Amino acid sequence: MSQIHVSTKINGDATEYLCEPEETLLDVLRDRLGMTGSKEGCGTGDCGACSVTLDGRLVCACLVLGAEAQDREVGTVEGIAEGDSLHPLQKKFLEHAALQCGVCTPGFLVAAKSLLERNSDPSEEEVRYWLAGNLCRCTGYDKIVRAVLDTAKEMRSA
Amino acid sequence: MRYEAPRKLKRAVALLSAESGVARVLAGGTDLLVQLRSERIEPDLILDIKRIESMHAIAAERGGYRIGAAVSCAALGEHAGVKQLWPGVVEAATLIGSTQVQGRATMAGNLCNASPAADAAPALIAAGATVAIAGPGGRREVPAEAICLAPGRNALEKGEIVESLYLPARPERSGDAYLRLIPRSEMDIAVVSAGVSLSLDAAGRCSAARVALGAVAPRPLRVEAAAAALIGSDLDEAVLAVLAAACAAACDPIDDKRGTVEYRTEVAGVLAKRAAVIAQTRAGGAA
Ligand SMILES: Cc1cc2nc3c(=O)[nH]c(=O)nc-3n(C[C@H](O)[C@H](O)[C@H](O)COP(=O)(O)OP(=O)(O)OC[C@H]3O[C@@H](n4cnc5c(N)ncnc54)[C@H](O)[C@@H]3O)c2cc1C
Ligand code: FES
Ligand code: FES
Repeated sequence: MSQIHVSTKINGDATEYLCEPEETLLDVLRDRLGMTGSKEGCGTGDCGACSVTLDGRLVCACLVLGAEAQDREVGTVEGIAEGDSLHPLQKKFLEHAALQCGVCTPGFLVAAKSLLERNSDPSEEEVRYWLAGNLCRCTGYDKIVRAVLDTAKEMRSA
Repeated sequence: MRYEAPRKLKRAVALLSAESGVARVLAGGTDLLVQLRSERIEPDLILDIKRIESMHAIAAERGGYRIGAAVSCAALGEHAGVKQLWPGVVEAATLIGSTQVQGRATMAGNLCNASPAADAAPALIAAGATVAIAGPGGRREVPAEAICLAPGRNALEKGEIVESLYLPARPERSGDAYLRLIPRSEMDIAVVSAGVSLSLDAAGRCSAARVALGAVAPRPLRVEAAAAALIGSDLDEAVLAVLAAACAAACDPIDDKRGTVEYRTEVAGVLAKRAAVIAQTRAGGAA
């Protein structure tokens, strides 16, 4: 079985890899490229821990084939901070203690960033609906929702 | 397994027709990748249609809209024109899964996957949508209700690909709505669902109607007797009761932990009534 050669962009950097036809983008990121920020919670689209953007659209990396990323742009949690300085969302997650075990956190950060890029002033309901595909077994969601709303507020006034 | 992502529809049909083993079209992959992972299917060929440019188009056509088979539900939900003409269809498409799932899932994939509970199906059937299919023998166009034959089995022949869906033009004073019952507020499979589309005459009487139900039979159902009950009426209580009874009579649901036969049958009528009233309001009629 011959592997597929893929040229793509990940977090703005041109990247190439070989993958099996049935290999998911999540497996490529984690196992081939060592980008283990994206997590596998379920592998079936239910938990959102593998959230990434594909050409700017929020998707589950476990439901994308690695081969599909050819000539696309992938955005992962590793691309959220700028060098050593955390993204406002990351700072607010720390400030609000919006994480415990942290497995869901990369997915929430990628998903929340995608929301704030589309809507700089979401209501609490909009935040909860947008993040309904991200599951968290630890926090009870409240702190996450508050961290996102607080980030939005801060980014609007910046 | 081979992965192919041709740029031309013709090439896609040729690849699919030539495959002697098991072949699957890949649109958003939100059903297909789950099936692959569970090893419920082990295809020899995965044919990704998303490199075919025309499959991503939403184009105005004869007063309605043609929607490419690769258009994601998220992209559909961002299209002001379709939303205005067919709010119930967009409502159904944007109920599918989470934000992440909607970023990939397509209405064509929802139909082709042939789940009796597929959310887009009743709304598309109620809308009178048609499905354009490209195949080795040329192009054919069938009504949306012709796609799902039984759970997991669709009406496509070997080598055929759904190319686009067409949502027709509609008269003034028309509206549609889709409702589903799920135990949670998001991310669940419909226990029962109903789609209604109708038009009103100048006096506010229903002049045309289509009613469809999901998750109450082996395939999404078009219920003509329910639609007939609405036509000529102004949707008063007595008419809505006839509509509900016609829906209940059409039900042939399964009994499972998510809903009993009695419950699904009862709720089908209730949802159809509510959807009819929303459609009436959207058409500018009295609620
Ligand atoms: C977490 C999660 C939640 C979900 N929630 C819902 C929900 O609330 N409601 C709901 O209805 N569904 C739901 N689904 C199921 C799925 O998202 C939908 O059925 C979706 O619309 C499928 O579209 P797709 O483009 O991803 O299809 P794919 O997975 O790409 O394809 C599905 C099937 O259709 C075939 N196919 C696709 N496109 C074509 C074409 N153009 N021509 C011929 N054959 C084709 C494929 O070969 C495959 O057999 C959910 C799935 C997940 C993972
Ligand atoms: S790992 Fe992808 S959604 Fe759970
Ligand atoms: S912090 Fe543990 S799952 Fe969310």
